Amino acid sequence: MSAPLLEAANLQLRFGAVRALDGVDIEIFPGEVVAIVGESGSGKSTLLRVLAGNMDADAGTVLYRDAGGEAHDIHALSEAGRRKLMRSDWGFVHQNARDGLRMGISAGGNVGERLMAAGDRNYAHIRAEAADWMARVEMDPARIDEPPKNFSGGMQQRLQIARCLVTNPRLVFMDEPTGGLDVSVQARLLDLIRGLVSQLGLAVFFVTHDIAAARLLAHRIVVMRHGRIVEEGLADRVLDDPRHAYTQLLVSSVLAA
Amino acid sequence: MNAITPRNAPENAYNFAYLDEATKRMIRRAILKAIAIPGHQIPFGAREMPLPYGWGTGGIQVTAAILGPRDVLKVIDQGADDTTNAVSIRRFFARVANVQTTTRTAEATIIQTRHRIPERPLTEGQVMVFQVPMPEPLFKLEPRLAETRRLHALGDYSLAQVKLYEDIAKQGESGSSYNHPVMVGGRYLMSPSPIPGFDNPKLHNSPALMLFGAGREKKIYAVPPYTSVESLDFEDHPFRPMRAPQHCSACGSATSYLDEIIADDQGGRIFVCSDTDHCAETQGL
Repeated sequence: MSAPLLEAANLQLRFGAVRALDGVDIEIFPGEVVAIVGESGSGKSTLLRVLAGNMDADAGTVLYRDAGGEAHDIHALSEAGRRKLMRSDWGFVHQNARDGLRMGISAGGNVGERLMAAGDRNYAHIRAEAADWMARVEMDPARIDEPPKNFSGGMQQRLQIARCLVTNPRLVFMDEPTGGLDVSVQARLLDLIRGLVSQLGLAVFFVTHDIAAARLLAHRIVVMRHGRIVEEGLADRVLDDPRHAYTQLLVSSVLAA
Repeated sequence: MNAITPRNAPENAYNFAYLDEATKRMIRRAILKAIAIPGHQIPFGAREMPLPYGWGTGGIQVTAAILGPRDVLKVIDQGADDTTNAVSIRRFFARVANVQTTTRTAEATIIQTRHRIPERPLTEGQVMVFQVPMPEPLFKLEPRLAETRRLHALGDYSLAQVKLYEDIAKQGESGSSYNHPVMVGGRYLMSPSPIPGFDNPKLHNSPALMLFGAGREKKIYAVPPYTSVESLDFEDHPFRPMRAPQHCSACGSATSYLDEIIADDQGGRIFVCSDTDHCAETQGL
């Protein structure tokens, strides 16, 4: 098996007396979807932010291996280097589409921004790419000049995903991508994400408190509680044969329709 | 008894060119830094000047700092030598520095300007001083100044490019007919001050030194001679300087930048050169 795409070792972070991260080790391999599940306040979103370099840890390292196989320590990287990585190799999908989109700018501008940041200066090409990606996330490309506020919540989330994927990233961070959407929209969005992930061979870190979403998308599940990883393993193993008491509680708490 | 000083008599109560020498040294230091880093905004301690903000306090301080007794000063406002602002600033320096003033672009060594670059090509040794209301080109796109500084440091100008994309998507062309942002020396995005896009190409590889002073925002920046200045655009939507398609009613020029003037109360209008000196020269006056 190839080397991990991203690996973190012994991450520590305290907010005052609260241990948000308490000795977390985690890794992800190319093409792998890892779900981080846990209750609110368990440190899963914090972990995602630290892994993506949006937040510094008190201790520990995060190593990213680029396409050339060279390892970079994310937190030792300059801001310029981190931004470059964020633009070219990574994507971040926020829970709230408003955090990931520019609300005053058209759908095409939102999707095209990453291309322009990467140096594309051809208007027709940028526009064609934006329209193509809108179609791939099942949006109507004819609405390319409409601002995000004209779109529904689910559509905004699709737009955010298109904006992330337009530069062909290798690793995508998703923070509750289906949070706040109604169940039928959630189901279609999960279906879309699953399709794109397998099509593009993306590696995805995916934070959720929705066990069903984790079952649908993830290859591997990491269960967090009080800033620690209490259990991890293949998705079906963790869900069908939970070992830790907390995981058992979590799995048994899922409502059956 | 104090006699009333004639309006244009030299003034001896002030230091040469109004500002004290320490202030001028401070401004010159900022100018030198600005020249060393083309297009980068250098903060400086702008002083209160005897005219309101927005009337050219930045430009006037830069001019005061570089003015020498042998300089010949020209001041233009929207291309014209005879508008209030231009006349006042020219007379100000004639009084406090006793320098020679002119309306001829060819004769001037320093040209302070608001909103235009003269039509006559500038030459080596000439200095243009621009009055700048808002030096930050990303100001309308990113309201946090700390963040704009970070974007400049990282050379991340995708925001400005996205704005241009939006303009083209909405109206088929760039939405800024003046103050169209430029890349200086391939590194810094710069506001060319509110000059029309028509004048942007004149900044590129100009033999003259271009200095920009923003008094209220307390910033100075510069384009040294023979520096590349590219207007922001797309490969397939190149920057297009705009000009009214008419001829000047006074001199007949078909190439100079024109002002539209309402000529009567019947809605009649004429177009004349914005650069009054150029127009007079073409007419042989």
